[in-house]
Amino acid sequence: MSEAETELAAPDAEIFDYPGARDRACPFAPPAGLRALNDTAPVSRGRLWDGSTPWLVTGHAAQRVILSDPRVSSNDKQPGFPYPNRAMAENAPHHPLTIFNADGADHTRIRRMMTAPFTRNRMEKLRPEIQRFTDELIDSMLAGPNPADLNAALSLPLPSLMICALLGVPYEDHEFFQEHASLATRSDKTAEQDRVAMEALGGYLAGLLQKRMEEPSDDVISDFAGRIKAGEVTLPEAVMLCMILLIAGHETSASMITLGTALLLQNPEQLALLRGTDDPKAVANAVEEILRYLTIPALGQRRIAAEDIEIEGVTIKAGEGIVVALPAGNWDPAAFPEPEKFDIAREARHHHAFAWGIHQCLGQQLARIELQVVYGTLYRRVPTLRLAVGFDELRFRRDDALAYGLHELPVAW
Amino acid sequence: MKVVVDEEKCVAAGQCVAAAMDVFDQRDEDGIVVLLTENPPAELADDVRNAAAVCPALAIRIEE
Ligand code: HEM
Ligand code: HEM
Ligand code: SF4
Repeated sequence: MSEAETELAAPDAEIFDYPGARDRACPFAPPAGLRALNDTAPVSRGRLWDGSTPWLVTGHAAQRVILSDPRVSSNDKQPGFPYPNRAMAENAPHHPLTIFNADGADHTRIRRMMTAPFTRNRMEKLRPEIQRFTDELIDSMLAGPNPADLNAALSLPLPSLMICALLGVPYEDHEFFQEHASLATRSDKTAEQDRVAMEALGGYLAGLLQKRMEEPSDDVISDFAGRIKAGEVTLPEAVMLCMILLIAGHETSASMITLGTALLLQNPEQLALLRGTDDPKAVANAVEEILRYLTIPALGQRRIAAEDIEIEGVTIKAGEGIVVALPAGNWDPAAFPEPEKFDIAREARHHHAFAWGIHQCLGQQLARIELQVVYGTLYRRVPTLRLAVGFDELRFRRDDALAYGLHELPVAW
Repeated sequence: MKVVVDEEKCVAAGQCVAAAMDVFDQRDEDGIVVLLTENPPAELADDVRNAAAVCPALAIRIEE
C-alpha cells in the first residue's frame, strides 16, 4: 500500500483520543467516538495521553487476529510500547518478568506455574464457599443501616474472601487478609498506605508459604510451597505470584458486581427476567452479556509489534505500539447485532471482556462463578433493592482507571 | 467429526470444558486440556465447534 493511502486510512484530524470520555447520559456505553470507528476502520490510529499515536484495533474480528498473532508482543520494556499512563511508563523498566509482560516460551512457563488454582475440580469446590461468603455479606448488609454502599458491603470484601479461599488462607486470618487486600487494591489509596499494605501481605504470605513447606495441605499455597522445595521458584517469586492473583482478581470482579448492579437497576425488565429464572444456564448467560456490555478493562490490551504485520489493508510496522480497544470489539455490530441493546438472553460468549489469545484472563472461570453466585443471589434475596440516590448523582470512574466502574453505589431496600 | 488438541498451545483457560464437558476436561495438576473423546457423537458437534471457536489459544482443531 502506498504512503498516501495509509494517510487516507487514518486522517490526522480524526484520530481518536483513547480511551476517550463517555457521554454522561449514557455512562454504560463506550465513548461515541470509539464506537464510530466500528463503522469506519477496524484498525486505525489512536492518540494516547503522551501524544503518541499507536494503532487502535477496534473491530472484533481484527482483535482476534492481533491477539493470537505471535508477532504481537506484550514486552513493556520496548521503546514505542503504548503505556496506559505516565506512572506505568516510568515504572516499566523496573517491572520484573511476569505473566502480564512475558511472551512465547517465557509466558507459557510462568502461566503454567499459575494454572493449578484454576483447575475445574478446585473451581467447583469454591462455588459453595463463594455462595456462603455472599450470603453472609448480604446478611450483614441487611442487618446494618439502610441505605448502604453496595461497593463497601459486598463488592470489595467478596473478591478478597474469594482469593483467600482460592489460595487456602486459613479462616482465622481472613479478617487481616481482607483488610490489607482491600487497601492494597483500592485506587484512591496513598503511596504510603499502598506500601504498608503490600508489605504486610507479602510478609504474611511468605510466612504461610514457609509453614506449608513444613506441613502441606490440599491448597494452592501448598502447591506453591511444593514448587519452592522442588527448586522451581524462589520464595519471593512465589509471594509475587500470589500477589498478582490477588491484585488481578480484586478490582476487576468488584467492579463487575457494583457496575453490573447499577446496569440492572437501570434496566428493570432485564432485572426481572434475571430474578425470575431458576435456570443456572440463564444466569450464566446473563453474566456473559453483562461482561460484554460493560467491558470494564476499558484501557484495552497494550501490545507492540515485533515484526511487520499486514491487517485490514494497513501495515503495522515492527516497533509500533498497538492498543486493542476491548470495549469497541464488544460493541462491534458485526459480532453483536444491535450492540447497544442490553439483552441477558443474547448469545454473548464470544466477547472480549477477558481479552483473547494466550493472555486471556487466567481467573475467568473463577470470576464467572463469583458473578453467577452474586447475580443469582442478590436480587432474589433483596427484591426491593434500588438506588438510594438519583442516577445522575452516581460517580463513575474515568476510563483511564485499570477497571471502569463506580466509586460507590448507594442502595436502599 | 475428529477433534485434535494441541497441549503445547493450550493456556488452560477452561473455555472448552465450559462449552463441551463431555468432550474436554482439564488436567488436575495444571489445567491443560484433556481430550475425552477424539470422535464425538453428532449431537455434540455444535458444542465442539463452539469450544474450538472460543478457545483463546487456537489449540483445538476440528477435522470434519
Ligand atoms: C470480571 C473480572 C475480571 C476481568 C474483567 C478480567 C480481565 C482480564 C483481562 C482483560 C486480562 C488480559 C490482560 C492482558 O492481555 O494483558 C486478564 C488477565 C489476567 N487475569 Fe483477569 N479479569 C477478571 C478477574 C480475574 C480474577 C478473579 C483473577 C484471579 C484470581 C484474574 C487473574 C488474571 C491473570 C493472572 C491474568 C494474566 C493472564 C496472562 O497474562 O496470561 N482475573 N484479566
Ligand atoms: C512502584 C511501582 C509501580 C507503579 C507506580 C505502577 C503503576 C502502574 C499503573 C499506574 C498501572 C496502570 C493501571 C492503573 O491505572 O491502575 C499499572 C499496571 C500494571 N502494573 Fe505496574 N506499577 C508498579 C510496579 C509494578 C510491578 C512491580 C509489577 C509486576 C509485578 C507491575 C505490574 C503491572 C501490571 C501487570 C499492570 C496491568 C497492565 C495491563 O493493564 O496490562 N507493576 N502499574
Ligand atoms: S479452551 Fe483452549 S486454551 Fe483453554 S483449556 Fe481448552 S484447549 Fe486449553
